[in-house]
This record gives sequence, structure tokens and C-alpha cells, in this order.
Amino acid sequence: MTVATIPLRILIGKVGLDGHDRGVKLVARALRDAGMEVIYTGLHQTPEQVVNTAIQEDVNAIGISVHSGAHNYLLPRVLELLKEQEADDIVVFAGGIIPNEDICWLKSKGVRALYLPGTPMEEIVQFVRGLHETVLPLTERIGTGKRDT
Amino acid sequence: MRETQERKNPFVSLSGLPVARLYTKDDLKDWDPEHQLGVPGEFPYTRGIYPTMYRGRLWTMRQFAGFGTASDTNARFKYLLSQGQTGLSVAFDMPTLMGLDSDDPRARGEVGYCGVAVSSLEDMERLFDDIPLDQVTTSMTINGPAAILFAMYLAVAERRGIPSDQLDGTLQNDILKEYIAQKEWLFPPEPHLRLITDTIAYCSEHVPTWHPISISGYHIREAGSTAVQELAFTLYDGLTYVDAAVNVGLQVDAFAPQLSFFFNSHNDFFEEIAKFRAARRLWAREMEKRYHPQNPQSLRLRCHAQTAGCSLTAQQPMNNIVRTTLQALAAILGGTQSLHTNSMDETLSLPTQNAVTLALRTQQIIAHESEVANTVDPLAGSYFIEQLTNQMEEGAREYFQKLDAMGGMLNAIEEGFPQREILEASQRYQREVDKRERIIVGVNDYTEEKYHSIPLLRISEESENTQLERLTSLRTRRDCAKVTEVLQAVQQAATTRRNLMPYLIDAVKARATLGEICVALKEVFGTYQESAVL
Repeated sequence: MTVATIPLRILIGKVGLDGHDRGVKLVARALRDAGMEVIYTGLHQTPEQVVNTAIQEDVNAIGISVHSGAHNYLLPRVLELLKEQEADDIVVFAGGIIPNEDICWLKSKGVRALYLPGTPMEEIVQFVRGLHETVLPLTERIGTGKRDT
Repeated sequence: MRETQERKNPFVSLSGLPVARLYTKDDLKDWDPEHQLGVPGEFPYTRGIYPTMYRGRLWTMRQFAGFGTASDTNARFKYLLSQGQTGLSVAFDMPTLMGLDSDDPRARGEVGYCGVAVSSLEDMERLFDDIPLDQVTTSMTINGPAAILFAMYLAVAERRGIPSDQLDGTLQNDILKEYIAQKEWLFPPEPHLRLITDTIAYCSEHVPTWHPISISGYHIREAGSTAVQELAFTLYDGLTYVDAAVNVGLQVDAFAPQLSFFFNSHNDFFEEIAKFRAARRLWAREMEKRYHPQNPQSLRLRCHAQTAGCSLTAQQPMNNIVRTTLQALAAILGGTQSLHTNSMDETLSLPTQNAVTLALRTQQIIAHESEVANTVDPLAGSYFIEQLTNQMEEGAREYFQKLDAMGGMLNAIEEGFPQREILEASQRYQREVDKRERIIVGVNDYTEEKYHSIPLLRISEESENTQLERLTSLRTRRDCAKVTEVLQAVQQAATTRRNLMPYLIDAVKARATLGEICVALKEVFGTYQESAVL
């Protein structure tokens, strides 16, 4: 088995209180269609819940959708918790209603990529595929047999 | 040869309906204008619910507004009214919408961000400070905890000596579309339906000019549905509420005239106009058939419209002004009773004062300069529009049959049917955009390298701190024993069939907070977890 055939495991989630899940579901489907193992958290997750699920499910990356304007609190909080749990090898990317000014700041905090409305799905898929190079060798999970939920 | 070549094959509407090159009288072969149109103000109301429509009174210009603290939003309300806005519409923040107080740990980072924070009667008083509640109409987008926020509004009016029969406004008290699309609920569907019938019954007796529920397709559309799905699911939700109210013993004519609807006005100009017209006709026919009301007003579908937030682009944001103008025009030609026009910056943040002013001016220009409001239903009789109106009604009826066969909307939601239909439509649309079968200017064509920066509204941390201080102060000042007593009374009433409204009014007057009341109710009603459709 070569590295390239091992599917990436991605947690896709809605953090915070807003229920706008159109975008997050399309991203989840696009990644799944691209052959990745996608775990969707469902709505209204706290940063603690998302980080716990990510560790339990041994994912390579977490994609978070926020449409409530609370990204400047919620996203750094997720990164902080990952660090506390020594799981900061998990890549965090995000999307939603996020002003450009906040994007630079969030990237400086460690959010790897941020996507605004209108982003082609292919761009997000390409980004996640690119994680194969950097992420997978760091993790020791190979062939755990876990499936999409 | 070249003269018959076409740019696309096939041409389809935004919702995927095929569009022919030409529409002629053959498309309306069995179409009887008397049966399908009637006259404005009469059954089946295709042409509008009033005989004079905008010749009598223009639509209400109602911009959805709310951010920061109640005082911040109060200032925005006063500004909008000073600029010629004719009705108020409150946007609450996420914690308030989810029934959480601003100082709840889950509210961290969200207080005042996508709406105004209202945790107590005192916040509600600040929100409407110096605004004459007997002279404005107020819409509140507050679904899950609607009954509690409405209780606060009634209590504010009472303190100012305004009789409740002089209050006019609308509660977006529509929980079914929350389970279907917007996903903000507090309890399982049944107790939510009970709260809705409680508000409907309370209004029919005490606040007769209030609209206790705005049955909303807007969010269904924003979640990615087609126009037909928006129409079908919304009207079917409406019938579900009528059923629920009739089942608790209300006469249909006691409440149906006060029902109102809320639709999206999206990019496909003609399809949207047809949707509004079909909505009125379909509602009138279904209400007539199912409930035989005596009062013709029970058959009239009155509605609010908002231009499509999901059509706005972060890229080249000024283009959004043009999109919004076209969408607003469609809603007006469709005969809406009130309208919100989105601001160009709403794909990035809540609107700045300048952006919202421009959005309001858009409506004023259409109203006063374009002359489109001079005659009623100007597009009636167009082969294309009438055929499209028929198609909308037929498409919605097909969904009605499926929903009937599933045993109604609650079952359909449990099965994930409307959710799945919307998700499929949303994915279809996204694929079309990704494959550039649909061109979105500035997104997948006519793109520019340059980032267009526009000024954005920032919510200050100070707002959140002010709100938290106010709440702490309220908790120390109030009579705690009284609060415990009213919360117990709410819980006790919730276990019976009694109308909860009077208990909620007592509770908010005693300064019980939104979050406390919701916790008390959750102990009786339980909570709800969706099984996500993916």
C-alpha cells in the first residue's frame, strides 16, 4: 500500500450556534466524492466537542464552518485546545462569512486556510489533497478501517 | 442557419425548469383568465391581495437590523426611520435565537455579532426606547424562543400604557423551516408547535392586529432549494400550522387572516415573479378546499420578501447592489407587502450604516422613480409569466402529494425528506457554478485579481462587555424569590394544556431572563438532536 492510497480522514464541523449548513455539507460531500474519509459533526458544536471528536476519530484535519461572526473567538479556541491536547499536528481550515481583515489574523493564529463564499469546491479539495504530503506521514494511523459517518 | 443557432442548449431557469425560445397562446390553451387570475383583491388573488395594491399604499420598506447591544440597535432603528424606512425588523444574535443568555458559556464570542443581544425585559425596553410602539409595525425574527420575546414586547407596551390591540407587527415564529433549513430550535417539534398555537390563540384574543407567525421560505431557499421547493415546503408548513391551530379548537377565521408569509427574491427575475403569484393562488385554493373559511381574508396570502443573501458575492462586492436591485424589482412585480433589500456588504459582515442606507434607497428609487408601482400586476397575461405561474403551482402540488403521502411535514422532516431535496438542489447548483454552466459575475467569470476592499461594520468587544455588565446588574437587583416562583409557574403550566403566554408575560415582568425561562421549559419539553442528512 502506498501512502497516496490511504485516504485522509477529515472532520467537518459547525462550531458555534449558527445553523447555516449549506456550505459545510457541500464541502463534506465534495471531499467524500474526492475519496476522503469524512466525519461530519452536525450542528452547534462547541470547540471542546470538535477537538474531542477529532482526537477520538484520529483525523488529519478539521474543517470548520462559522457564519455567525464568532470566528475570531471560536477558531483560535479550537487551535488552543488542540495544542493543550498535544494534537496540534491536526490541520485546521475554515470557511464562512469572514472579513478579509480577519483572515490574516486567523492565519497568523494557525488556521491553515480560510474560504469565503464563492470559493470553487475544487480549490478546497485541492487544498485538502495537498495535506497528504505533509500530514499523513506524521500520523500513525494506517488502515484503521473507520468509515464515514 | 446562423439565425436559428442558440447560445445554450437547453436554456433552464435558476431552479432548473426548461425555458422555451418563445411562448405563445398555445402555451395557455386551456388557460382561463377568469379562473386563473380573477381581479386583484379577489379569489384566487393571483394578481394581488388588494384591489389597488401599490396605488393605495406602497409596500412597507423594512430593513432587518440588529447588532451589539439593545442601545446600539435602537440607534440604528431611529436612523432607519429618519431615512424613510416604514417598518422595523429585529435581527437577534445567535445566543438569543438559541434561547441562551448573553452570559451563558456557549454564548462566548457570539454576543451581539449577528444581531442584537436581548436577554431580559430590560434589554427589550432599551431596544425600543423612544420608539412609539403604537405607530410602528415591528417584525421579529425569533423562531425558537418567539413566545418569550413576544412576551417581552407585550410587557414593554403595557408599561408604556399602550393597549395590546394597538400593536401591529409580525413574529417569525416558524419552527418547521428551522428543522428543514435554518437549524435553530430549542425543543422537539411537538412542544414547539404547542408554543406556536399558544401565540396564535393569544393573539386572536388579545393582539388581534398582530401576525403571530410568518411562515418562511426565505431560509429554505437560502439553504439551496429551488423556487418550487421553497414554494411547496413553505405553503405546506403553513397548512401544518393551520391544522395545528384548528386541532386545538380555534376557528379558522379567528386566526387565518393574520397569518403571513416570507419569501426569498432570488436572481431569476421571471421565475421569482411567477413564484409570488403562484403562492397567492395556491394558498387561496388550498385554504378554500381544506378549511372552507367564511371570511375571504382567511384566503389571502400576505407576504414579506427579502432579496437573496446567498446570491451576494464577497468578490467585487459592489456588484451586489445591482443584484439586489433586480431581485427587489422581482418581489415588487410579484406583489409583496413588505421588502428587505440586502446591503452589498452582507456577505462579509453585518451592514454598515452607509450600505444599509443605499439598500433602502434602492427601494425608494424603485418606488418613486421607476413608475413600476403605478399599476397592479403589470405582467399578467404574458404567455411566459402565466405559463411559469402555472408550472410553479403544479410543481408545488406534486410536492404536496408526496408530503401528504408521508403523513405530513413532521414525518417528512423526521425522514429527512425536505432536507435531502434541498441538499440535492444545492449541490446541483454548486456543480453548475463549478463547471461554469452558470456564470456568476466576478466569481467564475469576469474575475479580477484585485481585492475590492469595502468598509465593514465591526462589533466592539465593549458592546459584549456592556451587555454582560447589564445582565449581572439585573441578576443582583431583582427579587430572586419572585423569579423562582414565576419560573415554577411556567413549568407547571407547560405540563398542562393551558396557554403559556400569560405565564411567560408574568415571568419576563419579574425579570426572569430568556435563558432561565428556556431552561425551565427544556426540563419539561426536552431538547432535540437532528440526524444530519449528508
